[in-house]
Amino acid sequence: MTVPMTTTTTPANLLEVRDLGVRFATAQGTVQAVEDVSIAMRAGECLAIVGESGSGKSQLLLACLGLLAANGTARGSVRFGGVELLGADERTLNAVRGTGIALLPQDPLSSLTPHLRIETLLTEGLLDRGLATRAQARQRALRALGEVGIDDPEARLRQYSHELSGGMRQRVALATALMCEPRLLFADEPTTALDVSVQARVLELLAGVRDRGLGVLIITHDLGVVAGLADRVAVMYAGRIVETATTAELFRAPCHPYTAALLAAVPRLDDGAQSRLPGIAGDPPQPTMRFPGCAFAPRCEFALDECSAQRPELRTVGVSGSAAAGTVACYRPLHAAAAGEAAP
Amino acid sequence: MTALLRVESASVRYVLRGRGLFAPVRHLQALQDVSIEIPEDGRLGVVGESGSGKSTLARLVLGLVRADAGRVYWQGRAIAYDEPEAMRGLRRELQVVFQDPFGSLDPRMTAGEAVGEALQALAGPVPSVAAQDRIVAALAEVGLGAAFANRYPHQLSGGQCQRVAIARATVTRPRLLVCDEAVSALDVSVQAQIVNLLHELSERHSMSLLFISHNLAVVRHLCDHVAVLQRGRLVEQGNRDAIFATPQSQYTRDLLAAVPRLPAKRQGT
Amino acid sequence: MAEATAAAAHAQGLWTDAWQRLRRSRAAIVAATLLLLVIVLAIAGPWLSAYTVEQVDWSQATLATPPSLENGHWFGTDANGRDLFVRVWIGTRMSLLVALLSTLVSVAVGVAWGATAGYLGGRVDDWMMRFVDVLYALPYMFFVIILTVVFGRSLVLIFLAIGAVGWLTMARIVRGQALALRNREFVEAAIALGLPTSTIIARHIVPNVLGTVIVYATLTVPQVILFESFLSFLGLGVQEPLTSLGRLVAEGALEMESSPWLLLVPSAVLATILLCLNFLGDGLRDALDPRQRA
Repeated sequence: MTVPMTTTTTPANLLEVRDLGVRFATAQGTVQAVEDVSIAMRAGECLAIVGESGSGKSQLLLACLGLLAANGTARGSVRFGGVELLGADERTLNAVRGTGIALLPQDPLSSLTPHLRIETLLTEGLLDRGLATRAQARQRALRALGEVGIDDPEARLRQYSHELSGGMRQRVALATALMCEPRLLFADEPTTALDVSVQARVLELLAGVRDRGLGVLIITHDLGVVAGLADRVAVMYAGRIVETATTAELFRAPCHPYTAALLAAVPRLDDGAQSRLPGIAGDPPQPTMRFPGCAFAPRCEFALDECSAQRPELRTVGVSGSAAAGTVACYRPLHAAAAGEAAP
Repeated sequence: MTALLRVESASVRYVLRGRGLFAPVRHLQALQDVSIEIPEDGRLGVVGESGSGKSTLARLVLGLVRADAGRVYWQGRAIAYDEPEAMRGLRRELQVVFQDPFGSLDPRMTAGEAVGEALQALAGPVPSVAAQDRIVAALAEVGLGAAFANRYPHQLSGGQCQRVAIARATVTRPRLLVCDEAVSALDVSVQAQIVNLLHELSERHSMSLLFISHNLAVVRHLCDHVAVLQRGRLVEQGNRDAIFATPQSQYTRDLLAAVPRLPAKRQGT
Repeated sequence: MAEATAAAAHAQGLWTDAWQRLRRSRAAIVAATLLLLVIVLAIAGPWLSAYTVEQVDWSQATLATPPSLENGHWFGTDANGRDLFVRVWIGTRMSLLVALLSTLVSVAVGVAWGATAGYLGGRVDDWMMRFVDVLYALPYMFFVIILTVVFGRSLVLIFLAIGAVGWLTMARIVRGQALALRNREFVEAAIALGLPTSTIIARHIVPNVLGTVIVYATLTVPQVILFESFLSFLGLGVQEPLTSLGRLVAEGALEMESSPWLLLVPSAVLATILLCLNFLGDGLRDALDPRQRA
């Protein structure tokens, strides 16, 4: 069941994912990493996918780009600019990767090839595709480094990735992603390996990218990143989306008990410093576990019998079709403002 | 009242070995003239960014690295890290929990064996029946049932592994537990559980904490004293409320300002 | 708690895990079965035949007879009229014994040396590994020959000579693993417990390199057998009346044109053993790879 998140009068969606499912064939049987995920993105907006380990958020990203491991299969539909990516051949995918959708991976130390100079890393995308001459590519690289706020770009081009600090490496990785002028940027936990002071700067850069008209899909477990950057948020749990909302609504009035519990568990600088953090009992579910009903029911303080028996569907919350509308998959959402059923 | 642990003007220099047998050596000054103090029943949080030397400080206290200058005092007496006899007694009182939950447990030992090894190493020869009881009790105290004693690390989640690590560190009831980024590699919901567990154990057994972290908000919840390190130097140190409310140094203010603020929930919901 | 329902019902040791993965590799299972068959024949084979290893059968028309089922010489006889079936299995015993014992020596020495060097690091590691490098550079055949001349051709000498070469590469491999393990936090935790260095190496380092060691050992055994065969070929290996696969191959090569079975049969057995060990080694490597934890 698809849940359109935008009004019908806005321009066509940049990315449309419908009923995406990802499963892996392992020795222990089939593992369902992602199930029934549908999202839609426009240009110039930032969508954050929030989840803990085992939520399937990284697999979602990989499935869209056709980068799943050999034993993984994806079903459903992923349309980028009208082109179906799921099941497409390598040529179609390669045409999209880099120039259509760019990936900013999690750990810049391992994603930047250690024995290549920065200039090579930046320009190889353009040069391999014959999109620019060496001189043009070099100029573009210098400009890209400038855009991400790296000073003395001439000198940096000659350096290797291990000679740069963590924050600079991440900026180089971002510059690399932007070199081929993609329309959509996938960022996988872009600030996790960075110091707090550097995080803020990287988030600023990503906001700048979004303001320039690109779409930004960011995977994170860090709610601070969400607050600082995202326009809309989708919360994933055990491979499914359990809630979507605008960022403001998510923090002010979370509907799903998991979202609320997650927000409560984050220690803040400006709350009453009570020593006991309200955690969530139990552990995040492993992808190998199966739940006939709601996956969060065993850990949920509001759970009823029906929660474990039958899985709740995503329903619209708020005025359907309005910009502030969201969705939640729960029989007892925290705000009884769940009005109307989801459109088919 | 003498502090439980006092580090006085410690400096640590790492030797960076060049290639080859006869290459010249270079140095990295990890800590420079750092002094901190942990009172009895106190919980000291040491915060800083990468390269601040906070992990080096933890290793110094544990005797995993040697200071080039300065000393460490335990209950007023200088710690003789080179004397095995003296250290044996001290290690019972001073234990550690590391950052990587899977990496800090030997993949070839079960949870019970890991806790048992600590028991045997620190508490001297314990008859096996009594040892078994103490292992089960230690695991229960961190919230793991007796069945977990037979599990290997790869069968446990991150949070469970960290609980095993805490059980191993606290089985002999140390007076001071060093936590080196102990919750940094955990999911948010699990992090909260472990922070609560550490707080509970600290209260119940009058165990002091030396809590190393880059996460200021966690430190604020768990610790009552805070020390801030920058590039190997101590920037400021004091009572938690004082540091967070009225930081004296610009670096601390910058650090606090950089922490992302989450919008508050609407009241009444 | 939720863990009770979700976690495994019984403890799954890492060895059990690896064993199950090994069972799934068909090549490894076939190889292991064949190898087992060869070993069983090596032990029991000579008893099946009526002949002994040095008994000369004068009853045949010529001394070297081809394999036949009727006269009881299932693999034929050699130039001296001795039954090849028995000799091949006796030879296999010897080759496998040499291989096993030499590999044990090189594993024992190599693991101890490498684990210590890797764990201690620094200058100690440098000097220990430079020692290995120097030994590597020496022409070991030269030394084996000199030793054989000085001490005579004893079986013990062969074991030691072969083991003395095999431990070098084992030491290098183990040293690399130990170096990586030393920085893992569970080793730091062991140091923080105040355990003595020897205990840490024995209890935490060595068991965690065993996976690599086992794999490498199965891949070393073929090399050892070949080396022993080479020594025998040169006349430096085991002495009459004992024989080894290498000697049999050497003798068979001399009679290649007139009595081809004398070369083909021992070569076939040798080749089978080597291939099986290689496949088994590959299977073990995949099974013990910690990254493929299911």
